[in-house]
Amino acid sequence: MIRFIDERWADILFRSYQHGSLVIQSLILATLIGVGIAVLVTTYRGLSPAANAISAVGLTIPSFALLGLLLPFTGIGVVPSVIAVTFYAVLPILRNAVVGLQSVDGGIIESARGQGMNAMTIFWRVRLPLAWPVIMTGIRVSAQMSMGVAAIAAYVLGPGLGPYIFTGLSTVGGANALNYAVVGTVGIIVVALLLDALLVLFARLTTSKGIRA
Amino acid sequence: MTENHTDTGAQIELIDVVKRYPGQENAAVDDLSLTVPAGETVMFVGPSGCGKTTSLKMINRLIEPTSGQILIDGEDVTTKDATELRRSIGYVIQGGGLMPHMTVAENIGLVPGLLKWEKRRTRDRADELLDMVGLDPSTYRDRYPRELSGGQQQRVGVARGLAADPPVILMDEPFGAVDPITRQRLQDELMNIQAELHKTIVCVTHDIDEAIKLGDRILILKQGGRIAQYDTPEQILSAPSDDFAADFVGSGSKLKQLSLLRVRDLELVRPVTCRVGEDVDEVVARAEEAGEQSVIILDERDRPLEWVFLRTLRRHSTVTDPERELHTVVDHRSTLADALDSMLVSSHGGAMVTEGGRYIGVISYDTVTEHIRSAQNGES
Ligand SMILES: Nc1ncnc2c1ncn2[C@@H]1O[C@H](COP(=O)(O)OP(=O)(O)OP(=O)(O)O)[C@@H](O)[C@H]1O
Ligand SMILES: [Mg+2]
Repeated sequence: MIRFIDERWADILFRSYQHGSLVIQSLILATLIGVGIAVLVTTYRGLSPAANAISAVGLTIPSFALLGLLLPFTGIGVVPSVIAVTFYAVLPILRNAVVGLQSVDGGIIESARGQGMNAMTIFWRVRLPLAWPVIMTGIRVSAQMSMGVAAIAAYVLGPGLGPYIFTGLSTVGGANALNYAVVGTVGIIVVALLLDALLVLFARLTTSKGIRA
Repeated sequence: MTENHTDTGAQIELIDVVKRYPGQENAAVDDLSLTVPAGETVMFVGPSGCGKTTSLKMINRLIEPTSGQILIDGEDVTTKDATELRRSIGYVIQGGGLMPHMTVAENIGLVPGLLKWEKRRTRDRADELLDMVGLDPSTYRDRYPRELSGGQQQRVGVARGLAADPPVILMDEPFGAVDPITRQRLQDELMNIQAELHKTIVCVTHDIDEAIKLGDRILILKQGGRIAQYDTPEQILSAPSDDFAADFVGSGSKLKQLSLLRVRDLELVRPVTCRVGEDVDEVVARAEEAGEQSVIILDERDRPLEWVFLRTLRRHSTVTDPERELHTVVDHRSTLADALDSMLVSSHGGAMVTEGGRYIGVISYDTVTEHIRSAQNGES
């Protein structure tokens, strides 16, 4: 095992970096999309059931199937990976953003209106900051989920730690099968823990001390 | 609040204002016409659901009237952009309505910020206002609302309403959520601020005593925002226009007259005072010469610290700061009703009186009862 790692040190690091980078890029996209849709949904209440339905159905689509659907359109490469990971990452963020934005106390919004804030200012300076801790929780859930999705995406499309796991699984009994599977899995867990720690730190820095738990 | 002054407030006029909420048969406010003179405080009272809040919120267009006109300083409020309008009207609500994610200074600086004041000016203004509402700026400016007591949050709410120096201030049950002692303090502070600033204040309250104490005029509303009576507190107490108004003011209007009389209208007595650090023997000698059993301790800025019996004072050789919270202090603008309240917790048969925080004398229980007796004799 040690020799296995020693021989592929650079490759493992590089794949870990690819994996993390794929997830982070997708998360950023997913946050923009998720919060954006949440704003629409909470502004026009009629849209709310539709959004709930989509996020419920969306989570039931197996990621392999989604990748299969995407392949004819996007071909192989980073783009379909990002699309697939983002697709799943949006769902928890969307759900939390809707809950977070809806739970902002109406009295506070009215107080803000009464001071002379317009709708735009109220969104940026009141609703978003107050909903932020809940949205951040959604982002953390998304990040963990995306780690797994990214592994599957990578099996089909190339980059990241995914191929290690699948190489291991497909050569069961072979010389390095166990090594591949273990290094791939543990690698993903390590990247996931690192990213979560980063997100916790980020949440602390971006949440007002007045509403921190 | 009738001293000579220049008003910084603006006149508010409601003309045939109607508000009908969708899907409701009866209008919440039905044809309300009313003039609030510049620089006066008008209190809206009436039973729950009679349309007080609705009427108030139509002034800053948080609620749009169904018909009718509202003029501030002669200008129709609907001709202005609603958010611009609200920046020129202070708005104070129950509990303060503070933004939980902003510090005290940021909350107070909200409207100045929207008006694009310079950062420095906004900051100085926040400090100035904290001072005005009795909170030490260096202690409180960087705190968050959840780190304040209910009364302190309410003070900050008042400060925020005053921040951009608006001519008109709307208040919806501003002191409804605090305990009676804090409420009395907050009322006193508001009276002091208003005596200085002469804003036009429209204030909704459930508490007729608060209305009598704070209002230059009182508006008593019936269901549907119909006026039962609109008059000075004196007139409302002595000549209620109908049974509804009389019922609302309630029985014991003799006692309520106590809310019309201010401490400063009566004569104060001046017991012996002393300061922290003075030699106790000297102080005791002075008090005994004056034939008194107790003295009042002041700090270096003339604020009263405690009213102590000589035997308590003798426990130390120099006068020390007792560092207790005082409950037997009233402002010289307080009502006799408040003063009597304070006296109930005093063991000296009186309450210390301050003007702008500085001690000016003592109002004694005997003075108050003597005054009531002579007033009654005068009436009968
Ligand atoms: N947003 C609304 N939609 C429908 N009806 C409303 C709305 N707001 C108030 N009302 C109704 O209008 C009437 C007046 O309400 P308003 O809030 O002005 O009363 P209020 O005098 O402030 O009462 P309270 O003393 O309980 O605060 C009530 O009958 C109330 O039910
Ligand atoms: Mg109300």
